[in-house]
Amino acid sequence: MKLDRHVAALAVFGIVFVVVLPLANAAGLLSDYYLNLFGKYLSLAILALGMDLIWGYTGILSLGQAIFFGIGAYAIGMCMMLEGSGKGVYGEPVPDFMIWNQVYQLPLFWKPFKYFPLAVLGAVLLPALVAAAIGFLTFHRRVRGTYFAILTQAIAFAVWLLVNRNEMKLGGTNGLTDFKSLLGFSLGRPSTQRALYVVTAVVLLATLIICRWLVRSKAGLVLQAVRDNERRLEFLGYDVNVYKIFVFALSGALAGLAGLLYAPQVGIITPSQVGVLPSLEIVIWVAFGGKGTLWGALLGAVSINWLRSVLTGTYPRLWPIILGALFVGVIMLFPDGLMGLGARVRRFLGPVRMGGPEMAPQTPPSSSRPGEAGVLLEDRR
Amino acid sequence: MAVREVVRLILAVSIFVGPGGVLAAGPASDLESLAKRLAAPATQKQALAEAAESADPGLEALLRALKEGGLYLYKDRPVLLADDASLKDLAGQPVLDNGQPAQLSSGQEAVTLDESLFGAVQAILQRLEVFAPQAATRRSAAFKLGASGDAAAIPLLTRVLAREKDPGVRATVAEALAKLQLASPDPASRLAAVQALAQSRSEAALPALRAVMASDPDPRVKGEAGDAIKNLDAFLFRRNVLGYFFNGTSLAAVLLIMSLGLSVTFGLMGIINMAHGEMLMIGSYTAFVMQELFATHFRAHQDYFFVAALPLSFLVAGAVGLALEIGLLRFLYRRPLETLIVTWGIGMILQQAARLWFGDQTSVSPPTWFRGGWEILPGLIFPWSRIFIIGLALAVLLALALLFYRSYTGLKIRAVMQNRAMASCLGVSTRRLDALTFALGTALAGVAGCALSLIGTVDPEVGKTYIVDSFMVVVLGGVGKLVGTVVASLGIGLSNKLLEPAIGGTAAAIYAKVAILGIVIVFLQWRPTGLFAAKGRAAEAT
Repeated sequence: MKLDRHVAALAVFGIVFVVVLPLANAAGLLSDYYLNLFGKYLSLAILALGMDLIWGYTGILSLGQAIFFGIGAYAIGMCMMLEGSGKGVYGEPVPDFMIWNQVYQLPLFWKPFKYFPLAVLGAVLLPALVAAAIGFLTFHRRVRGTYFAILTQAIAFAVWLLVNRNEMKLGGTNGLTDFKSLLGFSLGRPSTQRALYVVTAVVLLATLIICRWLVRSKAGLVLQAVRDNERRLEFLGYDVNVYKIFVFALSGALAGLAGLLYAPQVGIITPSQVGVLPSLEIVIWVAFGGKGTLWGALLGAVSINWLRSVLTGTYPRLWPIILGALFVGVIMLFPDGLMGLGARVRRFLGPVRMGGPEMAPQTPPSSSRPGEAGVLLEDRR
Repeated sequence: MAVREVVRLILAVSIFVGPGGVLAAGPASDLESLAKRLAAPATQKQALAEAAESADPGLEALLRALKEGGLYLYKDRPVLLADDASLKDLAGQPVLDNGQPAQLSSGQEAVTLDESLFGAVQAILQRLEVFAPQAATRRSAAFKLGASGDAAAIPLLTRVLAREKDPGVRATVAEALAKLQLASPDPASRLAAVQALAQSRSEAALPALRAVMASDPDPRVKGEAGDAIKNLDAFLFRRNVLGYFFNGTSLAAVLLIMSLGLSVTFGLMGIINMAHGEMLMIGSYTAFVMQELFATHFRAHQDYFFVAALPLSFLVAGAVGLALEIGLLRFLYRRPLETLIVTWGIGMILQQAARLWFGDQTSVSPPTWFRGGWEILPGLIFPWSRIFIIGLALAVLLALALLFYRSYTGLKIRAVMQNRAMASCLGVSTRRLDALTFALGTALAGVAGCALSLIGTVDPEVGKTYIVDSFMVVVLGGVGKLVGTVVASLGIGLSNKLLEPAIGGTAAAIYAKVAILGIVIVFLQWRPTGLFAAKGRAAEAT
């Protein structure tokens, strides 16, 4: 029954976003601008799914997801820059911004990204490798919880500092932009953008299915057990670190994939999308939609980014305050996000059941998960 | 011109034949003959050239009078018109005529200075600033003379050196003199100059010495210069390293005040306050607001704004922290990751609110007591403001150590850190303790911000600069241990400031930060719970 509901939801989602929207666009019912906007939101939803896997399901707060997103976006960005180089203002074989910085030879690390398959592979595998390396260095030494969060935050900060420098040959604060074409298709043409949108929607659908399969598999259950009581899992003989490194690498790969799809549609990638704040924003998408549910991550990513598009236009100076208030409000008032709203309302209106898990008025709803309160009590002693 | 000369001639004659025409003529000194020639338009230019070479103490007054139209001829003798309308001779003595103060005849014109020579007089006056009453003026004038390469200034500087009392100015004068003497044709005097430069221990002497090394014909002078360069380089290296250590210590002091609060709340409650940087910002803005308040209401006691701001920043940031704890964080206990996100949101709101209210950048001008510093070595000054911050950090540390290890409250805090449930069972009000400790932590960040306003601008992102570093201090130092926080602050502060020059370049600060992060991660491989982690079973869990 439940599975059917899920399949139905997937099917509706697939039909609406993969088939109906592009067709509407082709028929002129939906403007190119809005289709492009949806494409951007859907690619960010992949990023949110990765965050949900590691934070919502495994309980590890990574504040470095934007790094992985950045790797993916910069990888495909480099590929597109190289496709356009030689046709620029200066006619040199390197992208124009390098000429401004007196770089006339293509840096070595740019070379692999000349080839589209390598760029795509790099955009997905590099973040996974970096995440695995960070995970290996930290999880193995039992760096967890808050420690892990602030360490990844510091890494994100350091990466942001570095990417901003012109010496990194990634365009400095301006980032990579002015992309001309991808695989020979001009990015300015609506048909190319439509194709990119369809690819994004299909990839998102596939990601949803894979994530769904993963969280219901045995490995997925272990991940949720890590969230609920890591120590008990260790005592049961599981090698917790392997699972944690795996899920961190997977979430990194998904973030890279998101960046890969994002950059060609938006047409720019700058260091401001790589730092600490973008990493935390992903957390708030997931929290807003409902962490620990895949649909929640998707819903959160799309709705907050839509809100952002609307509000940054009308109240640019108030947006940071609104976002900050969202951080506070969502966590304090709706710990289960939009997905938990229905249950919350039902609980509020429903009959009083003494002793049920939904009662206990003072405990925050997310600790109503039996394990979470337990592990924390035990851990903090 | 001609008319004026005729007038002057008539005047001179009229004075000469006037009543009582006997002058108390002293021996005509060099200066007097110079002044006479200065007074005559035909010889003025020539005389000025001579004046440039002169080192006479009365020269300044003479030239100033010439420039300002206060030089007159009284019975063919140059005299200066003082401010009180009396006449003084070149030595500064009143001019007497038959025992009565002399008076200029009415309508007499001052000696005119040819327009084209105005610049030359100005230049000589400027170099005479080596006699100015302010030490700083004397110093900069002497430095300029040394850099001018004008050998004519040698006698002047020699005379300055003979009468200068201030040791700092003396050193500058000696250095300037030595630099000029380097060009002397006499090898012995060049040698002496090189030795003097070697003694000056000044960075500015290096290029001059290198030039001697490269081109001096005399091998002895050359050798001496080589030794001097070597010694000077060694000295400069030692001096710079000392400077880096000082800067590192002052950074460590700021980090320490900030991280103490962070570390104690983390140790006690297991939460990290991401808005800690904004608490620092609140402290900085408190100092700014106090400065503005004093500027409008207590102008006469402007300096005391800082005395008011320091305790006030403690109170304001503490109050904000307390409100935050009671209003929000209380509901998130035992959910450290959620706390982290909520406090980040609070930080964003505070930051943007400050930006909307105060604008992008403001600054606090430190009280006058903090101007200048302690010149520990020639050319190395420890600013008083930074010394104050280091002292403040030590005071805060001492106070916190007393609170922690010598007071009943501290005993309770340590008990809750070790075993919350047990302490609670034994009657410790953990909730109240949490709120108080959290407020104390934010209050300390406020103090750090107030102190920081002495050495930097006040802007909404001021917290950002220090927050990541202080997180690293907490990670590195271990949880809830004062000694760990102290060692980690020093470690991170010093390695920041020592790595920067070692890396070099414009982005050294950034690469140093990145390198330190790398070091911290590698360090965690070796000691995952920090330098001074709590031992025992309770420690395993965090």
